[in-house]
Amino acid sequence: MTNQLDPKQKLDIEEILTDLEHYRSRRKGWTWREVPPEGVDMGPFHYRNMSRPLKNSIGLPASKYFDHIDPQPSCVVTTEIASGRFEDDLRRMRMAAWHGADHLMVIRTTGQSHIDGLLEGTPEGVGGVPITRKQIRASRKACDLIEEEVGRPINFHSYVSGVAGPEVAVLFAEEGVNGAHQDPQYNVLYRNVNMYRSFVDAAEAKRVMAGARIFQIDGAHNANATAKAGWLVMPELLVQHGINCAFSVAVGMDRELIGLSTVPPDAPPAPKLWYDLPYAVALRDFFSDYKMRAQQNTRYIEADIEEAIRTHTIDTLISMLTRADIQSTITPDEGRNVPWHYNNIRGIQTVKQTWAALDGIQELLTINREGPLGEMVRDLKIRAVAFLEEILEIGGYFAAVERGFFVDSAKYPERHGDGIARDGKGGVAADTIVPRDPDYLAPVCSHFGDNHLPEGLERPCDLIGGCTLCKPEKIVYIDELDPEDNVHKRLEATYPYRKGGQIKPEAEWAGDGVILLQFFVPLPEDFAAAYGIEMAQRLGLEDPQVVNLQVLHPAEGCFLEVKGKVPFAVDVSTLKVPEKEVILPEEELRAAVKQVGLTVVAATVGEDEHSVGLREILDIKHGGIEKYGVKYHYLGTSVPVSKLVDAAIETGAHAILISTIISHNDVHRAQMRKLADLCVERGIRDKVILIAGGTQVTREMAAETGLDATFGRGTKGIHVVNAMVKVLKERGVL
Amino acid sequence: MTEDRIAKFEERRTRLEQLSDEELKTRFWELCDQVVAPMVDLARTHTSPSIERSVLLRMGIDSVTSQGVVNRVLEAGLLGKGAGHVVLKVAEKRGVDIPAAAALIVEDKEVLQGLW
Repeated sequence: MTNQLDPKQKLDIEEILTDLEHYRSRRKGWTWREVPPEGVDMGPFHYRNMSRPLKNSIGLPASKYFDHIDPQPSCVVTTEIASGRFEDDLRRMRMAAWHGADHLMVIRTTGQSHIDGLLEGTPEGVGGVPITRKQIRASRKACDLIEEEVGRPINFHSYVSGVAGPEVAVLFAEEGVNGAHQDPQYNVLYRNVNMYRSFVDAAEAKRVMAGARIFQIDGAHNANATAKAGWLVMPELLVQHGINCAFSVAVGMDRELIGLSTVPPDAPPAPKLWYDLPYAVALRDFFSDYKMRAQQNTRYIEADIEEAIRTHTIDTLISMLTRADIQSTITPDEGRNVPWHYNNIRGIQTVKQTWAALDGIQELLTINREGPLGEMVRDLKIRAVAFLEEILEIGGYFAAVERGFFVDSAKYPERHGDGIARDGKGGVAADTIVPRDPDYLAPVCSHFGDNHLPEGLERPCDLIGGCTLCKPEKIVYIDELDPEDNVHKRLEATYPYRKGGQIKPEAEWAGDGVILLQFFVPLPEDFAAAYGIEMAQRLGLEDPQVVNLQVLHPAEGCFLEVKGKVPFAVDVSTLKVPEKEVILPEEELRAAVKQVGLTVVAATVGEDEHSVGLREILDIKHGGIEKYGVKYHYLGTSVPVSKLVDAAIETGAHAILISTIISHNDVHRAQMRKLADLCVERGIRDKVILIAGGTQVTREMAAETGLDATFGRGTKGIHVVNAMVKVLKERGVL
Repeated sequence: MTEDRIAKFEERRTRLEQLSDEELKTRFWELCDQVVAPMVDLARTHTSPSIERSVLLRMGIDSVTSQGVVNRVLEAGLLGKGAGHVVLKVAEKRGVDIPAAAALIVEDKEVLQGLW
């Protein structure tokens, strides 16, 4: 295995899986980003709150206007990736890292939290990935390669919850997992794991995590994802965070490695800031010694991707106005399907774009604690403290859970009576904890609680000549237990789409063929959905489903999004890719321009006021044709084609350059044809070079419209000079 | 009951309003520590099948065998001794290494007889 990825080559999954038995991750424990205190200078700008840029990355689309800079937020940025097939997730992880994610979180397959023991091998998951040693080791190995490629450490993350928490924690410690969710309250409230078992296991799991410097994230945010009125449970959230933090510290965790999973609880059309800001401030006041993992709101997000992105932008603003050590991103399609590749990237871009826009906001704006904000913050804190006093009054945490204190959707101390109550004698794995005998012994490191080791040991594991945490060579690697349900069988099936040149679009898995159609249909809601399915079927898509429908007017029609599967693959060898234009060396171009004294006339034609694109082609400042010695006469915008032709004749220009941006009714094509026709009419066609450009123009349009060259997006002055010189050579002028 | 709770809250609020921000924060953390103290104590003095399997993993025993060993140890009523302790005793008694002792326990539950 090479230890370097080539940006031009796909991640080789078969290579990753080779020799895993002997692979050991280079990275252990959590890593923060490097944030220079003096700020970061990039392109024309100085940033105040950014981390060091990446070695390889892809910036926001607008970065091309700013020297392709890709400023990276000071906080760690999370993306959650778990399609059920980890082998496909690895490719998505690489893409996410290139866009700025350095905390890759893997959701577990449905039901894993109730499995009393570790899973092995690589079975396919549902709604997440079965977390196993082989899956983690392969993923961490991929992360090791990817972090080398982007030039920044990657934190790999999953969950230490459920009834096998301690074992999962050991597995994570052994395999170099860097972060994990661990919160016994989550097990009790949302997974109905027995409450005593959950806390006893949690102490051991947390001790193991502490030993391996694994960063911990709690599960309190689930309360506002679950409660009907998520914006009212805020006093309880402070309590849940407090219990997990206090318990974690008591069993040996370092505060530096404890993060609060906190979500701005509200979403527009609610007046979000009036709820989310006091909550964010109260939380950061009480938990000043702990890290903030700012999550984005999912409670009120359903099918509409743009709505999700807008809410997440405001969530990120709240992070920046207060504090976020880790900024999580939610894929904007989470409310409608298991996230797709490109929606992970969109989520990361939301944070990256907001962070760049609001860089250093705390130097410009301060939170005003006078007035309503201060009062609301104070009120939340008092309610949280009163909540804790009531827990102690009625007999402690377990008694409080039995009485349904938590996840009640009213604002404390009000009660709706819809809280989650659990019975101490019930739940998954009830009655499974056992008192330790006076001679209880565990001869291993990172063990919590009473342990009657013989006197004089340096480490507990000296009794057995070292445990796996001290001697990793003792780790036992199990490859596969199921001969059918495993990654190798799946890779065989997807081989044609990964390495065989058979191309299908892809949302989650190699070869899944999933695409999305977006359109307006002039029908009311009920008919619109039926139409969407019918249309997709007639287009030949398999399994069409309407994933989003928005009524634009009850009678006029709806915006519709329909997904479906493309049933065929395209052989990549049959694709005709236009040859890349050969550009002559700059010096040769300058010499040619000088030799003929090349001059042009230029304008934006028709009823079109767009001038930016053409100015960039012309001006020396933007590397335009002027830079190569071309003289130009710029006639302005909305210029009639005839006026240009007249100007060319008058000035004896060698070329006419037109820009045409507006494209409805094919007006751009019409203008281009008109230019060619008019020049023929005036008898100058073979004397002038005719060139058109615009965002909707392609290179192929030249032949169709009778021009010499046509250019689309991304064109530079040198391309235009090159085309002119080429024509002059063909005509024997040069 | 509900009205009683609300009344109590109002009393608490009146009292807590007298505290400064810093005192309120200190109070919050004191109460959190009090709430978790009995749970930490429970964890210190108890163990579970998962904790014991996690100990066996750290001793270099694979996950499948760890499951088998803990089941045997539970049946024999020895979980309170620690499954790692049991394996260590078997290893010493039989003169074999840790993984071999674990395998012996899974193969034959009689191995656990008379250890204590």
